[in-house]
Amino acid sequence: MSKVLMKGNEAIAEAAIQAGCRYFFGYPITPQNEIPAYMAKRLPMVGGCFLQAESEVAAINMVYGAAGAGARVMTSSSSPGISLKQEGISYIAGAELPCLIVNIVRGGPGLGGIQPAQSDYFQAVKGGGHGDYHLIVLAPSTIQEMVDLVQEGFDIADQYRNPVMILGDGMLGQMMEPVEFKERKPRQLPPKDWATTGWKGDRPRAVINSLFIDPQVLEEHVQRIYKKYEAIKANETKVECYNCEDAEIIVSAYGTTARIVRSVIELAAKEGIKVGLIRPITLWPFPADTFSSWVERDHVKAFLTVEMSMGQMVEDVTLSVGGRKPSYFYGRTGGMVPNPFDILDEIKKIRGGNR
Amino acid sequence: MAIVFKKPESLTDNPFHYCPGCTHGIVHRLIAEVMDELNIRQDTIGVAPVGCAVFAYDYFNCDMQEAAHGRAPAVATGIKRVHPDKVVFTYQGDGDLASIGAAEIVHAANRGEKITTIFINNAIYGMTGGQMAPTTLLGQVTVTSPYGRQAETEGYPIRMSEMLATLAGVAYIERVSVHDIKHINQAKKAIRKAFEYQIAGKGFTMVEVLSTCPTNWGMTPVESLEWVKDRMIPYYPLGVKKEAE
Amino acid sequence: MTEQIIMAGFGGQGVMSMGQLLAYAGMLEGKNVSWLPSYGPEMRGGTANCCVIISDDMVGSPIVTQATAVIALNKPSLDKFEDTVVPGGLLFINSSLVDRKSVRDDIQVYYIPANEEADRLGNSKVANSVMLGAYLARAGSSVTPESVIEALKKVLGSSKQDLIPLNEKALKRGAELINE
Repeated sequence: MSKVLMKGNEAIAEAAIQAGCRYFFGYPITPQNEIPAYMAKRLPMVGGCFLQAESEVAAINMVYGAAGAGARVMTSSSSPGISLKQEGISYIAGAELPCLIVNIVRGGPGLGGIQPAQSDYFQAVKGGGHGDYHLIVLAPSTIQEMVDLVQEGFDIADQYRNPVMILGDGMLGQMMEPVEFKERKPRQLPPKDWATTGWKGDRPRAVINSLFIDPQVLEEHVQRIYKKYEAIKANETKVECYNCEDAEIIVSAYGTTARIVRSVIELAAKEGIKVGLIRPITLWPFPADTFSSWVERDHVKAFLTVEMSMGQMVEDVTLSVGGRKPSYFYGRTGGMVPNPFDILDEIKKIRGGNR
Repeated sequence: MAIVFKKPESLTDNPFHYCPGCTHGIVHRLIAEVMDELNIRQDTIGVAPVGCAVFAYDYFNCDMQEAAHGRAPAVATGIKRVHPDKVVFTYQGDGDLASIGAAEIVHAANRGEKITTIFINNAIYGMTGGQMAPTTLLGQVTVTSPYGRQAETEGYPIRMSEMLATLAGVAYIERVSVHDIKHINQAKKAIRKAFEYQIAGKGFTMVEVLSTCPTNWGMTPVESLEWVKDRMIPYYPLGVKKEAE
Repeated sequence: MTEQIIMAGFGGQGVMSMGQLLAYAGMLEGKNVSWLPSYGPEMRGGTANCCVIISDDMVGSPIVTQATAVIALNKPSLDKFEDTVVPGGLLFINSSLVDRKSVRDDIQVYYIPANEEADRLGNSKVANSVMLGAYLARAGSSVTPESVIEALKKVLGSSKQDLIPLNEKALKRGAELINE
């Protein structure tokens, strides 16, 4: 298929439809409004159902119901809306329901702003709701990757019966790039024999539930989920290393910021500074081993994490680096986007021992 | 020997955990009998609430989902949109439906979601230990209204059935009681009608059931049945609040 | 080669669609492209701008901070983006709506009376195409007017294909103005 020029948000929606998603429940919030608008138009054409819920709270619970009923279902929102959805997300994780949640992040806290940010890393990766659980968090940095990860995300969710979050930002949502909807090889997925579809007696009665009143049973339930997480860590961790061979400074960034760092790498090269990029594509599971493998190299003098936040992913980078090399942070927040030249200045400061 | 009384097939063998004199068991049974009679057990998906009926998924012998507090109508909406040919019901208490889930029930009703809600109104929070509910009567003592509910500070008991009956998406709403045999029979008829209207695709249906909570009311089971009759029914009049053509 | 362009004007002047068209045309030429809009709470009448990058290499940051060209359709846009043009870069000013000259002497500046020209063509809405035509003629752009027309055919719905000849004329007129 040939390339089309598409807005990130619309590409997400089309990718979801092509991945077989037929149910969308959402609530308006900037800067992700193109997703529900696209779904509202397209889903009825393919026999699906779009519903604008009365709130984010209701929307995520509709997702719970539909996922529990066996459907491929998604919702999308932006930061304040995701905060509202966290209750439902915790229930979805507890009940082990597969679904896709898109967060087109904007600046916070509070009502914050509507410009791009990465300040939802913690609430995405560390479990924004209550209890022991993880989302699988995918962080695309181009529109093409957004398309690929949305389609992959649905499969991952189904394979592990776990909610998947696409963590984008306002810039990725609003910008346009050429994309191709490639013919993809779907995974071999287990049947959804646990879904509530009406019980004819040919399988155990389906009960979608996250309540385990006996603490021993709840502990076993959570431990079983954590075993699943080990498999996810082993099988699904994704990371891109760019220009790291011989790099003096390794910059770590994801999503939009990683694109900016690519521009920085070019600028630095012109000045004879070797800079590499480690770009986590899965934020959870975090590619800690990749950092460990580079940290031992003699040519690597320091790590610098760049984010559109006050420093969230840097905590995972620093943990992975484990004190073996210095780990620095540079960020802009509130909807401000780091400028390549400012990042280059930080790199120079680190090289010059001025940090 | 002829069987004169048996458990409906739509109930599991699990014994109810409800307190003595609580009417949840009666209402569960009525729903199960209706499911048996309409022969819809295999095509029904139920949604349990948070509250005393939180374990309802252990009792109804059909596919079930357990919802977050107040969100049962949203969960039911998700299920019904995926399986429009199935019968979907929610079972919710007054705290769940009228307080924390007020938005969800209003909008599910207003959209005319083709689901049936069984609304248990016993004027108190049971599971958490007897707190004031939106439906607690004026003057009624609870652990969070220890001097009796005052309109000035806590507002008035909310009549959900009357309120929801104003919405265009509603096909059928009736308030019933289970304080004696006559009313139990009427309650069953209402529940049956609600399910039938759902199956006919008429719109949103709800049956509000005035119920007891002897434990948290501090009464004997018999006293609590009297209290429903003497105190609740005068404020919450029984009858059909809306019935579509 | 990488073209980094900022297009700016009032909401409603067609700045966003002009940028999309250029990006689309770049894609049709097999280039890597990106289009990034400013977005804000105002749906109409505010200022609007977008960044377009057309490159042989992968596009890094989609934000243009050092523009190889700025196309300013109104005065606030000129005030805001004049400084971002790299030395030796290009600045296209819609002189129909901008009453001042550029203060830069290290760049090439073109004054295009786009609104007057569009009116002369019979539709003031194609002022953006006049500006785009000027850009394509002067920029040594890897994008040809033919690709833009091709892109226009794809972007416009089947009901609006009759707008193509008019836009074609506008692009051509823009190019003529540059060469006059």
